[in-house]
Amino acid sequence: MSDQMTEGYITEDGRKIGGTLMEMKNITLRFGGVKAITDISFDIKEGEIRAIIGPNGAGKSSMLNVISGFYVPQEGEVWYKGAKRPQMKPYQVAQQGIARTFQNIALFEGMSVLDNVMTGRLNHMKTNMFQQAIWKGKAEKEEVENREVVEKIIDFLEIQSIRKTPVGRLPYGLKKRVELARALAVEPHLLLLDEPMAGMNVEEKEDMSRFILDVNDEFGTTIALIEHDMGVVMDLSDRVVVMDYGKKIGDGTPDEVRNNQDVIDAYLGVSHD
Amino acid sequence: MFYREAGDFKTTYADDNQTFPIKFDRYRYYAVLFFAFLIVPFVINDYWVNAVFMPFLIYSIAAIGLNILVGYCGQVSLGTGGFMAVGAYAVYKLMTAFPEVSIFIHILLAGGVTSLVGVAFGLPSLRIKGFYLAVATLAAQFFLVWLFNKVPWFYNYSASGQISAPERTVFGIAVTGPNTAAWATYLFCLIFVTICALIARNLTRGTTGRKWMAIRDMDIAAEIIGVDPLKSKLSAFAVSSFFIGVSGALFFSVYLGAVEVGEVFGINKSFLVLFMIIIGGLGSIFGSFAGAAFLVLLPVLLKNVLVGMLGWPTDLAAHLEFMIVGALIIIFLIAEPHGLAQLWRVAKEKLRLWPFPH
Repeated sequence: MSDQMTEGYITEDGRKIGGTLMEMKNITLRFGGVKAITDISFDIKEGEIRAIIGPNGAGKSSMLNVISGFYVPQEGEVWYKGAKRPQMKPYQVAQQGIARTFQNIALFEGMSVLDNVMTGRLNHMKTNMFQQAIWKGKAEKEEVENREVVEKIIDFLEIQSIRKTPVGRLPYGLKKRVELARALAVEPHLLLLDEPMAGMNVEEKEDMSRFILDVNDEFGTTIALIEHDMGVVMDLSDRVVVMDYGKKIGDGTPDEVRNNQDVIDAYLGVSHD
Repeated sequence: MFYREAGDFKTTYADDNQTFPIKFDRYRYYAVLFFAFLIVPFVINDYWVNAVFMPFLIYSIAAIGLNILVGYCGQVSLGTGGFMAVGAYAVYKLMTAFPEVSIFIHILLAGGVTSLVGVAFGLPSLRIKGFYLAVATLAAQFFLVWLFNKVPWFYNYSASGQISAPERTVFGIAVTGPNTAAWATYLFCLIFVTICALIARNLTRGTTGRKWMAIRDMDIAAEIIGVDPLKSKLSAFAVSSFFIGVSGALFFSVYLGAVEVGEVFGINKSFLVLFMIIIGGLGSIFGSFAGAAFLVLLPVLLKNVLVGMLGWPTDLAAHLEFMIVGALIIIFLIAEPHGLAQLWRVAKEKLRLWPFPH
């Protein structure tokens, strides 16, 4: 399989992948004199799990920040759903149906799990402040409708028992799960996961992997993830982008990438003699 | 034994969303409302209204307003006194310009005017946070007080520079001016407090409140989930200033009757209301009430004990009062930084398990 395809394909395990959902064209991002990303292009197709890997400082998180609107690249274009995306603020990106999680958890510590996940529904709630001040009627109805959606996600991620617990009191692994729940509550078309398994033990990693696969399978959500655990990446993802020093050095299925000489060099090092 | 959710099954999400999910809490709340509306007005006298109830009720509104901004949305403000002054002057101008319109509407309009002023002074919050924002709102405090002193139009060119409330009636009963009955002013304020508390509760348990709290807890994550920071910060300033404006309007028209802006709505007032919500508990409606009660009642109580019971000279008692209140605030903040509301929560947790704590 090559990375030039514009149409969908069938994965090894028989899932059907659709056309291009998002395409990054020649993205270059500089911080002053430092080039974080140099001329990178790749695409994300509808329904696939796309991994971005690379050694520390390769520019993976910067790439995710470009997609979610935190960084504005100096050169290059972002295409989303077949149209060039104008420069927009992160909350506008969210309104387009792109949700993400963070490398170091970014939950609302003072709020309960339920409230955290409910914030994910913001863009689905349309009542204005006056209707909410009265509460009875539209606001309450809307709250209940969205609560039903949220409860499904809470069931799905098996966090029913902690729904009223303040997030600040939860252990690390559960916080990661709540963050995923919040991102899912957006009902995103594209879900960005920044190191969803960082700092987890084997069981937690297995749980999380299962959730990621289930999300992709049940909701058909397109997922782009950054991960360091190679075993996980190779098992989960349909296609992999490999970055090193801000450049793309490989792109393809896990097998293709694994046998790519540049990738092996970047991870294992080369002798300079 | 009686205070727990066990056995009290909720079968709809609407039930689960209610303000007091535990039955006992709900009955207690109805009991308080019943007591406040149907018993207190019949037994109240001038001393109780002027020394205790009226300042408590009016400060409660201001504390709820400030709590929305500081406690729920995380934007520190020291402009409360200035915004209360806006409410007071707005209601004064409206009362004198349109005497035939009900005072009830005037007070709501005064809240609206304050809300606009609050949004204008909230604009810097998009760029600056924390202490720096506090300093920016401090500018609002001093500017507004200066403005009301400087421009005679605001006090209708009166010789003293003061504003004083003419008599206005609701259903033929005087609520402002010199000839008011204790129960009338009390009920008038109580109605506003009840409405404000309900609105605040409804806003904070819904989408608007979650947006505010998201901004408070982590603004970057809030933005990534789709919260427009400008809109939600300004909406917090608007709602907060509305409440503070209403309380300023009541403070001037119903409680004091005549006001000299520098004295009444100075920086001291800003700090007083801020202390109320810190002591009461940030991010809690109950905390706003508790904090207001604490800082209104404590001086009255101390004065009664020191002067009334122990027979100390008034000036000595007044100075001691300052020191005791100050010391109590410090002790309080060390012992329970999350305020009276947290004590209340802990007590309720304990009560849920009582008498078998395991």
